[in-house]
Amino acid sequence: MDHLSSYLVLSAILFSLGLYTVVTRRNAVAILMGVELILNAANINFVAFSKFVTHNLDGHLISVFIIMLAAAEAAVALAIVLNLYNDRGHINVDEANALKQ
Amino acid sequence: MADFIFWIIWAMIVASAGLVAFGNNLIHSVFALMGTFLGVAGIYIFLNADFLAVTQIVVYVGGILVLLVFGIMLTNKISTAQISQSSVQRGLGLLVVLSLLAIILTAVLPHDWVGSVLPMDFTDTVKGIGTLLFTDYLILFEIASVLLLGALIGAATLARKEL
Repeated sequence: MDHLSSYLVLSAILFSLGLYTVVTRRNAVAILMGVELILNAANINFVAFSKFVTHNLDGHLISVFIIMLAAAEAAVALAIVLNLYNDRGHINVDEANALKQ
Repeated sequence: MADFIFWIIWAMIVASAGLVAFGNNLIHSVFALMGTFLGVAGIYIFLNADFLAVTQIVVYVGGILVLLVFGIMLTNKISTAQISQSSVQRGLGLLVVLSLLAIILTAVLPHDWVGSVLPMDFTDTVKGIGTLLFTDYLILFEIASVLLLGALIGAATLARKEL
């Protein structure tokens, strides 16, 4: 716990699992969950480097802004997902290949 | 003792994120995602980021997770708690992601990180974050407020029945 590597490995694993979720899932909400995993992995890296390398609070500030962006992105993405469902009756992204049908 | 708790949280994050990525039930995946978020909040505490740990719990568990559950409930016909989800091209995706993970780990692990022997003890990060937010990061802070307003109006407009 007092070494940077353990945090970086955790962040790499979290990023990989998030990327796997994004590339393989068909459900739009599940893809959104993968994006949140990736953003959390980035946040861990920012805060870990802030503690172990730069020794200031800049990494914390960037993490606050990333959390804020994640909240805005989730709200807009779910509005789009609801429209997709109203339009087609499902939210499988591999079948959603046209803006309007 | 603290070391032991750290590795418990570490394993919990990896296990619950694995359930998010590989689980077959969408509801189970959402609850596993809650485990991941709480675990990351614990990691923030180990990194002396008290403000971020609380923000993580309030925004992610209290906000984004609820939004995701709403999204699932509104886009499925709820008759049972079994909302199955399928994946496509699992083999190819696993191959690409594992090779990417291998590349990242070979870049991270052999490196002798400068300063990693000297972790800094933060005390009271809230005051420092507040000061930075209104001095060095003021423009970013103002842009963030406009962006949040835009996202709010945009989401409310998009989610209406008639566009």
